Amino acid sequence: MALMQERPQDGTPPAQTAPAAPCLELDGLAKSFGRGRRQVRVLENVSLTVGQGEFVSLIGPSGSGKSTILHLIGGLLPPDAGAIRMEGREVTGRKGLISYMPQSAALFPWRTIEDNAVLAREVAGLPRAESLALAREWLAKVGLAGYERAYPHMLSGGMQQRAAFVRALLSPQEFLCLDEPFGALDALTRQDMQQWLLALWEANRRSVLFITHSIEEALLLSDRVYLLSGKPTRVLRELRVPFGRPRAEDVADDPRFLELKREIYEEMKREQARQETAAREAAPPAGRFGFRR
Amino acid sequence: MKKRQLAASLWPPLAALALLAILWQLAVSLFGIASWILPSPGRIAQEAVSGFTRMQEHAGSTIRLTLLGFSVGSCTGIAVACLLHVIPGAKRALYPLLIVSQNIPMIALAPLLMIWFGFGLLPKVIVITLVCFFPVVIATLDGFLQADPVMRSYMNMIGATRIQIFRKLEWPGALPSLFSGLKISGTYSVMGAVIAEWLGSEKGIGVYMLLARSSFRTDRVFVAIVWIVALSLVLFGLILLLERLLIRWKPASAANKERE
Repeated sequence: MALMQERPQDGTPPAQTAPAAPCLELDGLAKSFGRGRRQVRVLENVSLTVGQGEFVSLIGPSGSGKSTILHLIGGLLPPDAGAIRMEGREVTGRKGLISYMPQSAALFPWRTIEDNAVLAREVAGLPRAESLALAREWLAKVGLAGYERAYPHMLSGGMQQRAAFVRALLSPQEFLCLDEPFGALDALTRQDMQQWLLALWEANRRSVLFITHSIEEALLLSDRVYLLSGKPTRVLRELRVPFGRPRAEDVADDPRFLELKREIYEEMKREQARQETAAREAAPPAGRFGFRR
Repeated sequence: MKKRQLAASLWPPLAALALLAILWQLAVSLFGIASWILPSPGRIAQEAVSGFTRMQEHAGSTIRLTLLGFSVGSCTGIAVACLLHVIPGAKRALYPLLIVSQNIPMIALAPLLMIWFGFGLLPKVIVITLVCFFPVVIATLDGFLQADPVMRSYMNMIGATRIQIFRKLEWPGALPSLFSGLKISGTYSVMGAVIAEWLGSEKGIGVYMLLARSSFRTDRVFVAIVWIVALSLVLFGLILLLERLLIRWKPASAANKERE
């Protein structure tokens, strides 16, 4: 890439503006579901921050409380303990402050692509003409020119995902939550979409919280990565990704990249093993007949 | 291409119908069945043609009644479904009552309506409304429940209000279901109109039927039946057309599957 020569890969992270008021701050969040004996502790003291214009990933084994964290941020559930702050203000339990991209595109089948793209702005009550103009501009930028009036079922999975991304991008809230956005795509499309997102983000620099269970994806895209444990979920480790911006396409071949990837992989494996022993100790195999009071 | 498909799907039932008519005609003439018991198709056709102008007047009255009753009934159905869905707890409280209301026999209720509301238009519209609002309520409520949970969670995450979720997600998502309900109640409404006319009316296919029966003009009863079937089919077709116009977003394959 030509851009690489202009900006040396110096290993320093992008400058974080105003560290005093990060875009998002989760402070000691705890959450359980159920009651009494059947109570399941899902989150236990989860604290993390996303700085202004920072791309932060959460990786965790499946079944860790990633979606619960998102639901808490979105204000759909109240935390049992802890606080959520955005730009220094306490926003725990408040809805409508984030823009969001779910795992599957979740485009509304009765809306054309452009009408889907403006949905979040519509919900926020912004004027339609302006939103539509923006949507057309962005759809063209992501390679969906000519599909503005098409219905979602006419598009391939990758194209739908791009439309869903435009919808999230156009929503007026600055903070972007991406919940395993490429999880449902095939490997090749996924790789394409990662490169595409990388280029797009580097040109726009919104604050992003990215949820994934692909280590490689997290390392490729993020400034920082939080490694989550299994239930009850804690932050196991916080990790600064030592590659500069814009990130080279072949960064995945860098020996340091491979080293980091292996390190995280080992840590996750240890965590999984620990989880399994804990599960065995908590519920020793019951007698022959399988009941236990 | 499309025309050929239509022709291809139409000729087998038409051929079967023609065959049935021929068998019927043969049976009537072979066994010498009296026409007041079972008139031959030929005779029915003859009566249909010769009595066309008289019938037109009766049918016009029935059509007006049907359309009025159907509109009132389906609008009531949609409104009831929306209220039951949006007001928390309303559905649990009233849904069983709705089902009970459908088990009250119309034949028993209709004379009561005449006693309460006289012989005007009102009791007749009430009869048709009662007949056709139920399928619409059930189908629409079902449609509201079918809203995709991922889309619902998306709407919640971006901070949509209850009303926004209803207008932008649940209502458009329920339209295909709503139309299934309308198709059923559309065909019911013609029958409802005929029953309403039996209970006291000056004109209408129902009245014509009563007169024909009491004078043993079985051929005329059959003509009335043909008219009722034809009206139901036309109404069904109109609803189908409206559905096609309003719901254009369905993938072609799914629409085809539904037709099969």
